[in-house]
Amino acid sequence: MNKKELKLVANNIRKAIINGVYAAKAGHPGGSLSATDIMTYLYFQEMRIDINDSKNPSRDRFVLSKGHAAPCLYAALAYKGFFPVEDLLTLRKLGSHLQGHPCIAHTPGIDMSSGSLGQGVSAAVGMALSAKIFKEEYRVYTLLGDGELQEGQVWEAAMLAGFKKLDNLVVIVDNNNLQIDGPIDEVNSPYPIDKKFEAFNFHIITINGHDYDEIESAFNEAKRIKGKPTAIIAKTVKGKGVSFMENKASWHGAAPNAEQYAIAMEELEKAGDALCQK
Amino acid sequence: MSEVKKIATRESYGNALAELGKLHEDVVVLDADLAGATKTAVFKKTCPERFVDCGIAEGNMMTVAAGIATTGKVAFASTFAMFAAGRAFEQIRNSIGYPNNNVKIGATHGGISVGEDGASHQCNEDLALMRTIPGMTVICPSDDVEARAAVFAAYEHQGPVYMRFGRLAVPVINDNPNYKFEIGKGILLKEGKDVTIIANGLEVAESLKAAEMLAHQGIDAEVINIHTIKPLDEELIIKSAKKTGKVVTAEEHSIIGGLGGAVCECLSASYHVPVRRIGINDTFGESGKALELIEKYGLDANSIYNTVLDFINAI
Repeated sequence: MNKKELKLVANNIRKAIINGVYAAKAGHPGGSLSATDIMTYLYFQEMRIDINDSKNPSRDRFVLSKGHAAPCLYAALAYKGFFPVEDLLTLRKLGSHLQGHPCIAHTPGIDMSSGSLGQGVSAAVGMALSAKIFKEEYRVYTLLGDGELQEGQVWEAAMLAGFKKLDNLVVIVDNNNLQIDGPIDEVNSPYPIDKKFEAFNFHIITINGHDYDEIESAFNEAKRIKGKPTAIIAKTVKGKGVSFMENKASWHGAAPNAEQYAIAMEELEKAGDALCQK
Repeated sequence: MSEVKKIATRESYGNALAELGKLHEDVVVLDADLAGATKTAVFKKTCPERFVDCGIAEGNMMTVAAGIATTGKVAFASTFAMFAAGRAFEQIRNSIGYPNNNVKIGATHGGISVGEDGASHQCNEDLALMRTIPGMTVICPSDDVEARAAVFAAYEHQGPVYMRFGRLAVPVINDNPNYKFEIGKGILLKEGKDVTIIANGLEVAESLKAAEMLAHQGIDAEVINIHTIKPLDEELIIKSAKKTGKVVTAEEHSIIGGLGGAVCECLSASYHVPVRRIGINDTFGESGKALELIEKYGLDANSIYNTVLDFINAI
């Protein structure tokens, strides 16, 4: 997929996030929108997965450690073809397979349940370790929130990943700088994030998490690194793509009202149109 | 009388893992810096490439095991009961239980018989904690034979299993050709008509001894080994309660939420009889020799005998 196509998919995913959260009257738009470009690249360019053979043991794997960005993951899976796009409007509703946080048992295409912060990264380490033990070639990707780095388990997982030289593992930090209670460096700062991962024997790449050239080169670089896992610190904007949600902690876990919804969709439609005209 | 052979069930766990690892290429064993004590070191020796020491990070170990399980392998995660069911409860609940990942938790050093390490390491709450997780199978074997069988059955079972093993060497009581282990099926060890004693773990051997002592007093006790607390063999329990009309439970665990709790839940719903629960009476343990603690906390055969007599006389 070329970059224009990727951007169009991302635009659709952003619209689906807003639609889903608006229909559910609950959910996490801010951190879903900040992670959209990375997850789009992963599902539509980077990962070797086949929706017709979704349980293939040799497939690449993705764990959404920041499980609250489920609306983004669900939209990516739906547009990839794992289930109908219409399902996205059932997000968080009784009887829906789209639970508030990802669940392997409910939703096609999900590699691991998550939502309790700090655990997804450990599961990804387990998958990468399994590949090493059984000499499988697949790669494992996991996306963490920057606030999530406050969970001690992240560093337990990082210590093991670095020590075991898991070069088939890529940890991506969605560094939008905001958590529920405010800016991460005002709540309990995890900075410097790069130095911390470096100390755990990770290869570090820092990028703009909305720039597809930088995203592409980071994932390609990660594949060339041998003997250590890679941490991609992706600088992102919480609420990216919806003007009034951008850089606002209050949009971490809130749904737009009707008026806000209309503005958000109009902005995203315009952005989509602009991409088509380019 | 010949000397009774004694083996700690943690030894049985390590030996069974090594045996299992040789038979099945998909077995992976994880530990958290306690391989010498949990006996997973026996597996490490035979299958080093499939052994992962996660270091002292039990929460991470449980979720790493879950990740390995998602790749189609069978992960056995091992540490002390306190740090498995206790420290890593939420990882077990959310990364193993909720996604129904095929992880087997081998929790050693369960109960007060941990001994000298004291209350911080004596987990008397694990069975209660694990029993509340939907889909979790919970097993507390009584001896070497049963522990080995439990490990093999856990491997064959699809889904999460919690197994509790002990530090203390305990008598081998199931070494007979008719012994058969089936998850969820209790074992009637001694038939009786006056009172039912339901036990698990090291309390099974103590209960059998207590039953012999009761026989001298003309009391015919039935003894049942409920090695699987979940799913519970309700049929066997209710049948026995109907026969004897009096039930005593004996476990090396808090009287809250473990075997006693499970049996009371079953009988209160299906068949009402008086029940007396023997176990740790809602208190923390302390340092001491295992056998001294078992006696002090009323878990030895003599204490069971006295409690059963008191119970029968009080009715």
